[in-house]
Amino acid sequence: MAHDHHDHDHDHHDHHHGSELSPMDLRVRALESILVEKGYVDPAALDALIETYESKIGPRNGAQVVARAWVDPAYRARLLDDATAAIRELGFGGRGGEHMVVVENTPEEHNLVVCTLCSCYPWPVLGLPPVWYKSPPYRSRAVIDPRGVLAEFGVTLPGTTRIRVWDSTAELRYMVLPMRPAGSDHLDEAALADLVTRDAMIGTGLPLSPDQVVRS
Amino acid sequence: MNGGQDLGGMQGFGPIGFEADEPWFHAPWERRVFAMVMAMGLTGTWNLDASRAARESLPPGEYLTSSYYRIWFRALEKQVVQHGLVTEGELAAGAALTPPAPVARVLKGEEVAPLFARGFPSDRPGPDRPRFAAGDEVTAKTINPPGHTRLPRYVRGRTGVVERVHGRFVFPDSNAHFAGEAPQWLYTVRFAGVELWGEDADPGLAVSVNAFESYLEPARGRAA
Repeated sequence: MAHDHHDHDHDHHDHHHGSELSPMDLRVRALESILVEKGYVDPAALDALIETYESKIGPRNGAQVVARAWVDPAYRARLLDDATAAIRELGFGGRGGEHMVVVENTPEEHNLVVCTLCSCYPWPVLGLPPVWYKSPPYRSRAVIDPRGVLAEFGVTLPGTTRIRVWDSTAELRYMVLPMRPAGSDHLDEAALADLVTRDAMIGTGLPLSPDQVVRS
Repeated sequence: MNGGQDLGGMQGFGPIGFEADEPWFHAPWERRVFAMVMAMGLTGTWNLDASRAARESLPPGEYLTSSYYRIWFRALEKQVVQHGLVTEGELAAGAALTPPAPVARVLKGEEVAPLFARGFPSDRPGPDRPRFAAGDEVTAKTINPPGHTRLPRYVRGRTGVVERVHGRFVFPDSNAHFAGEAPQWLYTVRFAGVELWGEDADPGLAVSVNAFESYLEPARGRAA
């Protein structure tokens, strides 16, 4: 399996001699200073955006949604019927999640989410997408060879399990509701949320089993 | 357009290469690009569809070999020049040399949390009725528009089944070119893997896209 990361950024390997800043750092800094000087952007807004998406929004949000659905059948039903409203019940929503759809894994069918055309991803529940999700290898193969993609992530499904791929070609954003792992009956909602990985909610992974998680 | 962005079904890109404990950003400039793209998007000068159109109009060779934040940055540079907010000379000089052009709004720091928590819905309810219903067999039209579209090549000419009718949404093909939101009904259409990829495809595979009404016509071939 390929765990190393190849080409997320060609630029920061290409530093100028005698400078800590890469050519991209310099170009980006130049544009930012122009935009600020001309009054199009408020530096405080840039800082607030980075703060929000770097420290406040991430896959722990989605994990809470999944855990709630695992313990509360009425919530699960609402989530599958109107995901945007059900997710909002837990306080999550907004940019990149205005129109949510949650798709449920079953023993018969496994769901996998991709955006072949760009990088559409459910920000309020998963945060910003990982580099691989936005890169050509995943975007090209997810729709034609999803079992091969899953194998690369270490996931092998029974041959009898159908695969359903959701290509996010409009403003609907998808999240997978994975199956509750075996042996998790004794866990409470918070402990269940610890089993839910980002990849399990994209469909490229499965939830952890309880013996893979040590509660602190 | 049939640009570098339309990747579904392409082969030869190699392993996915995921990264354990991946950081949100991989270089300081990526943070700034992310924030600038968000903030400039709220000036009212362009819309999200136009930004996607700008990104996918990068030459395919450049698109396919650039990191995603680099794609965002190159498109942003293009957009600020096209819309007269920044000149080429200013980009080259790295400094403002001309007076600012008016913009509809400037996002303030304190507005970020409430605006982004509310989001920017793109559904546009209206009185007209959808042409198709769940269960209808439909064929994705063969179209190759030179401008923006959200109908990927791999479903064009293929027949599938309408699974869900979602409501009326902003039509990107129009909005991206500032020709109006022109809302259309949006559907989930499910295609069998063998319909998309041929008889050697995984028989247990189905792929769905979200398709606008004008992308679809009543089924003319084999159903999924």
